[in-house]
Amino acid sequence: MSDEKQDAIDQKLQDLDSDGIDRRGFLKCMAWAGTGLVWTVSGGIPVSRAFGQSKVRSTGTGGDFSFVQISDSHMGFNKPANPDVAATLQAAINKINGLATQPEFLLHTGDISHLSKPEEFDNVDQILKGASAKDIFFVPGEHDVIDDDGKLYLERYGKGAKGSGWYSFDKRGVHFIGLVNVVNLKAGGLGLLGPEQLEWMRDDVKSLTSSTPIVVFAHIPLWSVYPQWGWGTDDSAQALAYLKKFGSVTVLNGHIHQIMQKVEGQVTFHTAMSTGFPMPQPGKAAGPGPLTVPAEQLRSLLGITDVNYVRGHHALAIVDSTLE
Amino acid sequence: MPRRTVWVVGVATPVMIAIGLLLARSSVAANTERSSTATVEVTIDNFSFNPQTLTVAVGTAVTWTNRDDIPHTVTSDDGVFKSKARDTDEKFSYTFDKAGTYPYHCSIHPKMTGQIVVH
Repeated sequence: MSDEKQDAIDQKLQDLDSDGIDRRGFLKCMAWAGTGLVWTVSGGIPVSRAFGQSKVRSTGTGGDFSFVQISDSHMGFNKPANPDVAATLQAAINKINGLATQPEFLLHTGDISHLSKPEEFDNVDQILKGASAKDIFFVPGEHDVIDDDGKLYLERYGKGAKGSGWYSFDKRGVHFIGLVNVVNLKAGGLGLLGPEQLEWMRDDVKSLTSSTPIVVFAHIPLWSVYPQWGWGTDDSAQALAYLKKFGSVTVLNGHIHQIMQKVEGQVTFHTAMSTGFPMPQPGKAAGPGPLTVPAEQLRSLLGITDVNYVRGHHALAIVDSTLE
Repeated sequence: MPRRTVWVVGVATPVMIAIGLLLARSSVAANTERSSTATVEVTIDNFSFNPQTLTVAVGTAVTWTNRDDIPHTVTSDDGVFKSKARDTDEKFSYTFDKAGTYPYHCSIHPKMTGQIVVH
């Protein structure tokens, strides 16, 4: 990471730590491709920090924990953009197992498989068994629900989930909500949550106090990254409306195979790199397909997202690191 | 050569109209058979259907070929036809036996839309 970027991150942390409110309010969406970033959630707003500093921060205040988000493994993909997605998923797991602070659990934000085939899911499961963190929470990507409306996905990953696979759980006072926005998609539309899931979500958060930190995870971004390429969710505004009372909302997505973030009020949106293959920046290619880069650059565009919860801070600390 | 081509077309057109009129008087079955030999191609490149709007005669088989590195589907908006996911270079065909407009999309990437106009 460049000194300039580090300075910008440190400044943002200071802004947030002063009173938990990002005075700059809306931040333009920023791409941090190929870098290592740490996020700290403080006052409900995740703050990005240098990867190497996460340990200091997370062990300083006690009662903390971290989890890691991985995304878009696309097991079964074998095109030039990455002929060996199993190897890069394995590299991601090795990276996670080597983290200074071990995550309590993993989140996989979808596109586990490339074509929803049983053997693709099997291969991923086999590699994930090597993770030191044993709890893994999934939401499906559109590649996981191909041809069978997600039946196989639900059989394998949806135990205890509602509808097409949505659910929530609590970890150390943080409320996690896994949403599905990749089924029953409408012609010409974007990702879709649907009325049944939205109703469930409204009820799910109703009894929570406004000081409860919320982490929402779903495959397709819940903010409008680039609708021309389908990078958004048609009814995400309704979901976010249910979260307005909360002081800390972190939204973690995949799908776009690159890091982007936006802070809007109390809500921080963040997308993770893929472990499978990179994709072009919005509008920088004819379409949102796999991006083929020189082999020696590939692992600098793939990676994991380490999220640290620091008690006493409203913001979660989020660190993105590449597979290099 | 251009002059000769015009002459051929000039002769051929009335002949074809005559054949058409004859066929129109014959059975519907014969008409369908005649059209069913036609095949028209749609390609999928960079997350779009090309051409996006295709006009064909009744009885035409349309074949879609996915040339992306990502799977797509060909899914009728009205439930008339639905392909399995088509990976790179895989094809899907559907024969349109009734006149009408058939909007469709990729169910995985619904921003991808197209239509077949059959008359």
